[in-house]
Amino acid sequence: MTKQKSDNTIPQNRSKLFYVILLTTSSLLPTATFAQSGSTADSGLFSLPGILITITLLIVPVVAAIFLLVVKANALFKNIQNRKDSEEATRFATYLKTLNVEQLEALQNDRHHQDYHLNNQELSGPFSPEDSKGLLSSINERANIRFIEAKRKAIVRPGIDPALARLILWFLGTATFWLVFGTSVGEYVGIKFVTPDVDQVSWLSFGRLRPVHTNAVFWGWSSLAMLGLGYYVVPRVSNIQIHSLKSGWWSLILINASVVLGTIALMAGINNGGGEYREYIWPIQLLFGIGLVITLVNYLRTVARRKTTEIYVSNWYIVAAVMFAIVISIVAYVPNFQNGLGETIIQGYYMHQGVGMWFMLFTLGLVYYYLPQQLNKPIYSYSLGILAFWSQIFFYTLIGTHHFVFSAIPWSLQTVAIVGSAGMVIPVVSGTTNFIMTFRGAWHKVAGSYTLPFFIVGIIFYFTGSLQGTAEAFRSTNLMWHFTDFTVAHSHLTMYGIIAFFLWGGIYAIVPRLTRQEPPQITVGIHFWMAFIGMMFYTIPLMWGGTMRGLMWMEGLPFIESVTMMAPYWLWRAIGGSLMWVSHLVFAYNMYRMINPRKTVNINDEAIKKLHANDYELVDILDK
Amino acid sequence: MDFFNDYRKLYLTSLGLFVLLTILVAIMPAISNQNNNSPLPTEEALSAAALEGKALYVANGCVACHTQQVRNLDMDKVWGKRPSIAADYADEQRTDLWRNTATLMGTERTGPDLADVGNRQPSAEWNLLHLYQPRAVVAESIMPAYPWLFEEKAELEEGDVEVPVPDAFRKGVKGKIVATKDALNLVAYLQSLKQAELPGSMAAPEFLYKREEKAKADASGGEDLGLDGAALYAANCQSCHQASGEGLKGAFPPLKGSQIVLDDNPEVLIDVVMNGYDARPEFASMPAIGTNMKLSAAEVAAIINHERTSWGNSARKVPVEEVQKIMDMLGQTAKK
Repeated sequence: MTKQKSDNTIPQNRSKLFYVILLTTSSLLPTATFAQSGSTADSGLFSLPGILITITLLIVPVVAAIFLLVVKANALFKNIQNRKDSEEATRFATYLKTLNVEQLEALQNDRHHQDYHLNNQELSGPFSPEDSKGLLSSINERANIRFIEAKRKAIVRPGIDPALARLILWFLGTATFWLVFGTSVGEYVGIKFVTPDVDQVSWLSFGRLRPVHTNAVFWGWSSLAMLGLGYYVVPRVSNIQIHSLKSGWWSLILINASVVLGTIALMAGINNGGGEYREYIWPIQLLFGIGLVITLVNYLRTVARRKTTEIYVSNWYIVAAVMFAIVISIVAYVPNFQNGLGETIIQGYYMHQGVGMWFMLFTLGLVYYYLPQQLNKPIYSYSLGILAFWSQIFFYTLIGTHHFVFSAIPWSLQTVAIVGSAGMVIPVVSGTTNFIMTFRGAWHKVAGSYTLPFFIVGIIFYFTGSLQGTAEAFRSTNLMWHFTDFTVAHSHLTMYGIIAFFLWGGIYAIVPRLTRQEPPQITVGIHFWMAFIGMMFYTIPLMWGGTMRGLMWMEGLPFIESVTMMAPYWLWRAIGGSLMWVSHLVFAYNMYRMINPRKTVNINDEAIKKLHANDYELVDILDK
Repeated sequence: MDFFNDYRKLYLTSLGLFVLLTILVAIMPAISNQNNNSPLPTEEALSAAALEGKALYVANGCVACHTQQVRNLDMDKVWGKRPSIAADYADEQRTDLWRNTATLMGTERTGPDLADVGNRQPSAEWNLLHLYQPRAVVAESIMPAYPWLFEEKAELEEGDVEVPVPDAFRKGVKGKIVATKDALNLVAYLQSLKQAELPGSMAAPEFLYKREEKAKADASGGEDLGLDGAALYAANCQSCHQASGEGLKGAFPPLKGSQIVLDDNPEVLIDVVMNGYDARPEFASMPAIGTNMKLSAAEVAAIINHERTSWGNSARKVPVEEVQKIMDMLGQTAKK
């Protein structure tokens, strides 16, 4: 009886706890999110939900890095322990030398008894084993100490059309060029915060180079890399060849042309109107748009003729992203509703849909393919994928105007954007859960792979970066962070921490398969760590400084004081940016190593070739 | 699962949902805001020069660092006398066939907001020097310099505007530094950025998230109502007269040791602060900063008392009541 009772009480207690949590969170949220007036002066920073969320989110990657360090340190300690043990053995050996004959004999006897084992050849006799069908491969007989675990090589897969491989490599190669170019500009622009008079040339002035940087990494690096990886994924999960290679090449040419012309135009001072990410004038952005339409038709035709019943989740995300990007571009460039505040409302919509519905949606589609592929197991849940997909469309579309909170835009529209930002928790949490659970039971593969660490960083920042966006959208936090460098840090955490890391993971996953050439493991490691550490040096000082700056503004201190206060944080940003930039050079080198054919002499193949060489050469040698 | 296996249904549904939401949250609000707002009757249209200047503002990406919006937040009070409203942006039109509307609200405030800079800093001389080399007037500034908007000339010609650049910033330029048409246009644009007066019938939106008034706590403490004279000086006067009070040779006169500042009778000083000054040809003319910024008697008292007691100046502090009396008197003579 008593047992039954206690069984009953547990769920009751649990549900009570659940209600308490629900009540506290629901009572917290509306005041924080929708408060229209009131003072925040004395309530203390650490009681603001946005601040708490951000601090928690900041801790996540730091903890992950610490965890990784602990694992590495643990291995090191084990090594040291072993060395100590062998010293102990030496001392034991010298002791053994002091023993007399009887003692030694007794010990020998003991040892003989302990050592007796069956030799496993009692039945087979002295014949050596034979693998007559050649089933065993890469038997490692070396016994030397391995300091670093060798990463697994990419498995060569049959059936990749060399013509398609060439197209993909061109997409990824030009993307790499734009990454190096765009971040070189970004690095230079970051340096200008520290030394504003480094040059005084109109084409290189800050205001002109900033959009050159953002557009080059958006439309050049990220978009081209995504499309290139997409050209691999879309036909593969449809189990069919790509519909048209030729239109793929056109897409590549048009998009590259758009970024080249756009860069020149911006440096020459031809700017569409100053709205972020739509600084290219329409004739230039039109090239990009046509490139997207061509790709959309190509992808759609491929999916339509697929040889699988189901449309794999990747193709939902990828095709939807291309469709949405076209819609977004049309809305952004059609002039009929862009006068007065209309322009601002469209700008808010455009800049955020560009990020969320183009880059994020497409990249998620890629992750749904590359992550299970690299782990060699299926994605954890199809249903979570469906939930994430539809809730992303529903909530993300609403949040554009959260870039203009407290502006002249209607208050109700701002509120919709803030609610949508809070709703983003659903797709982000379901997506993250799906990816993390896919890792379940396969964590050991991380140590042996040079692509998986990129995916892990991407997943961590998908969670933290996206939820940070939610935290920033609250009115209470917007008060302090809006207009400061906090926003710059956030966009780098997301466009870099999420998008770039996922893209690198995908690139390192397939390029070796296409070219059969691996990048050097050490330079992949350098790329990974410099990019990761650089990003932390870049973003954390900017977040800290941005918060300080917002607080100074709220206190009503003279503006110029907030400029001088930021100086050290801008310096740290330049340092972190430099690390990131160098890592991109290393990445470009890795691309070169993967793509450029290297002549290596394989002794066996060469010997066989020599055997088949023309006979008279052999005769020649024999004559001598 | 038929739905998910039919690519037409799947993609058309997601596209439909996206387009529907786009229409609801972007296109319809944009159209309604475009059509249902008109500029305030008090707002002046941009002059031809200011329009040219705006094009330069866009071309050089000034919006990357400068916002043009006063939010309805107490902390934004320093940037304008009222929060920006939809009507302020209602006359923004498409630039030309090639370029979109430039509302220029901005999303970053690396530099100051410019929504009302035409009132705050109307001095053409200051703006030209600041464009040529920001650090010549604001030592801590990180704004880019725009020397390509100026040219070097041996002799001034008719109508040339010379910029009095201090020697330390001339960088080997021997001749006279003259503003080009572009520089003058850009300054004309900056000068045109003024928040229009609301018509009498219209109430300005409130500034939210009020800071708890320091004045209330300090009310008993002194006649200056707790206003920080140094901060007010930094916000309103320092960009010309400098933190040292020494001004800039050939451009802005020193306040340190100035007869007007030190005069026991503060009448002239308050007149200059409120209504500007252009009596000395060797210096730039001073705008009517007090009137433009609608400084109160308490604020003027805090500023002039800071000026009268800093940098070695030691004149008596002027009580708020006396300042009020002089301001009332000045106001009456102005009306006559």
